[in-house]
Amino acid sequence: MNVGSWLLWGFVSTVVLTAILAGSQGLGMTRMNLPYLLGTMVTPDRDRAKLIGVLIHFVNGWLFSLVYIAAFHAWGMATWWLGAVTGLVHASFLLAVGVTLLPALHPRMANEQYGPTVVRQLEPPGFLALHYGTRTPISILLAHVVFGIILGSFYSFD
Amino acid sequence: MIGDGRSAALVSRDGSLDWLCWPRFDSPSLFGGLLDPRIGGAWRIAPTELARSERRYLDDTNVLQTRFHTAAGTVALTDFMPAASEEEKRQALWPEQELIRQVECERGEAEVQVRFDPRPDYGRAKINLRDAGPLGLRMEMGSHLIALHGPVKLTPAAEGGAAARVRLKAGESMAFALTYTAEGPAVLPPVGDLVRQKLALTVDWWRRWAARARYSGPYREQVVRSALALKLMIYAPSGAMIAAPTTSLPERVGGDLNWDYRFCWLRDAAFTARALFGLGYQDEAEAFVSWMLHATRLTRPELRVIYDVYGERNPEETELRHLQGYAGSRPVRIGNATRDQLQLDVYGEVIEAVARFVESGGKLDRETQKMLRHFGEYVCRHWQEPDNGIWEPRDERQHHTHSRLMCWVALDRLLKMHSEGWISGIPVEPFTRHREQIRRDIEGRGWNAKLESYTQVLGGDTLDTTVLLMAFHDFDEASSWRMQRTYQRHQERLGAGPGLIYRYEKSIEGGEGAFALCCFWIADFLARGGGRLAEAHDAFAHTAAHANDLGLFAEEIDPKTGDALGNFPQAFTHVGLINAALSLAEREERERSHDAVRRDGAARTEGREPLLPEARR
Repeated sequence: MNVGSWLLWGFVSTVVLTAILAGSQGLGMTRMNLPYLLGTMVTPDRDRAKLIGVLIHFVNGWLFSLVYIAAFHAWGMATWWLGAVTGLVHASFLLAVGVTLLPALHPRMANEQYGPTVVRQLEPPGFLALHYGTRTPISILLAHVVFGIILGSFYSFD
Repeated sequence: MIGDGRSAALVSRDGSLDWLCWPRFDSPSLFGGLLDPRIGGAWRIAPTELARSERRYLDDTNVLQTRFHTAAGTVALTDFMPAASEEEKRQALWPEQELIRQVECERGEAEVQVRFDPRPDYGRAKINLRDAGPLGLRMEMGSHLIALHGPVKLTPAAEGGAAARVRLKAGESMAFALTYTAEGPAVLPPVGDLVRQKLALTVDWWRRWAARARYSGPYREQVVRSALALKLMIYAPSGAMIAAPTTSLPERVGGDLNWDYRFCWLRDAAFTARALFGLGYQDEAEAFVSWMLHATRLTRPELRVIYDVYGERNPEETELRHLQGYAGSRPVRIGNATRDQLQLDVYGEVIEAVARFVESGGKLDRETQKMLRHFGEYVCRHWQEPDNGIWEPRDERQHHTHSRLMCWVALDRLLKMHSEGWISGIPVEPFTRHREQIRRDIEGRGWNAKLESYTQVLGGDTLDTTVLLMAFHDFDEASSWRMQRTYQRHQERLGAGPGLIYRYEKSIEGGEGAFALCCFWIADFLARGGGRLAEAHDAFAHTAAHANDLGLFAEEIDPKTGDALGNFPQAFTHVGLINAALSLAEREERERSHDAVRRDGAARTEGREPLLPEARR
């Protein structure tokens, strides 16, 4: 495995993924904010949560890119379309399974069976994260496919 | 009404559960007999003999008890949706949603009939009730399951659903548990001792919650009941508050003023925040403001009028033509078309709610501060435009005085939060300039000198009780000459009897009832200095007397019969009751302090020690 290439393109692809998600939020497509969701696992302070969340998010980006790269090595090649397919599978899993597990993992998130107790908590994302905006699945799919395309296109075996 | 913080059910005086939407407030109905007894479905448990019934909530709870008295005995029916803390729920496997009905013979004996007739999807879905023996009476809807567990076997009834008759003697009881499952295998609730445990847990949970009310002023019982009713309309997973748990209960019986209120209106924000913070329900208030700020992110700086419980656009309005409607009031509507309206007042409502949040110790992160600044800039750009106004008439847009008032409130509160250092980056000069322009506009064109009153629209000559909110929002003193004249003119033209007032002139022509919220605004206005304390008490007591036997209010009150009109129960009305009571309590406190100071002054003049030194402290 080419560690230098993994670190570089893992970082670049995470930057682009983050930019796409933040852009979708700015355009009013979704309220999903991954760094914020991750950061609030550590602290309830919104501003600090975003900062801490970005750091966790980048570490996650590198870890997930490692899985992509392992897949490329298993296939013996890295191409943009293999990256795209891996990104599609990754996003589909995240939307169908990952986000629905979040309320169980997140100490500051309500679940769908919560109540009647009310405390100030994060809303659960729901199936396909639709509670964060009906176009949330589109932005997550797009961001992860682009993440995979960058890795597949630029990761070098040598 | 009973509920669990995600859904609510309505039970009639004759023991019939006529309204239940699962899993959410705005889901299609499972029991909708309220809107059509023939098609909607109901679940009735009552003695077969002629009975007189009376109802009450167990003290400080949302556990409903209906007591039936027949010639041969007395039967108590207890209805509730289990409630417990999240820690308690984690210790046992609880169904996703559950409704329990327990019936007990307290005296003599009685034959009780149970008739279970669910009609999912507003009575449109195919009904497939299957008796699965110990697994209960089951009905599958796609991957979702409705199951009824009980101690007696229900057999298919000729008129639909399933039924059974059971003879109970004094001391005997039976319980039924209805559950809903959407995720994973169903949880089968035992209906023996566990029901008693769940009832005890539920009663305890509600009493602990009610005891948190930090209110010791007048009408405490009504205030706590209103808080309990509001609590049932808060969607716990998000903190949103719906306007009412029903759709299409008519504002005019037999008429077409039938709307779906199972959504969240931003116009209620400031009043709701005042009520929740005022009673000390900090968690609910903070969750509500948090939901509001979260929900509005997708469209900022523009705000929608209504949202669903997760902050999504509510569904389009459609008519359910197969339902005859409550007392023949058609059409039955689901969804709400006001989602496409422009209401400029919502900016003031949202910003004032946030101001109350920070006043009570809440903090705003940088992104929220930026969002609020953008709301202010939006108000500066748009306050001169006509809008649909708070009452959402479906005709042309007008320059509503109340909408101008709320634009003033938006800028005023932003400037105040900025001066307190709670929010940064506010462009003070333009916001101040626009705020003053709006004030001049309201005082110049919103005031009709001939009528000697503020009016519904700028330059108009019709009245609307919303202008009395100028005192609530600190735009003017309730005791000022203009507000006093405005109040008198409104009483003359819109008054509908003691403690009752129509919301605006068009509602009289339209055959609507007195608007319960506006009635409490009157008591609030008087308590704020618009009248004597005794007048404020009179107004409050007269309006409060129109609650039903359980202390609940609908949207409107028929001035002739006193009947409830419109969707039921109405959160806005209960918020109005709480706010009026809070204002009364504040006024009483002011008068007590004033009296103490006066007595103290008199004592000093006479060279004696002050009578109430603690009041001075």
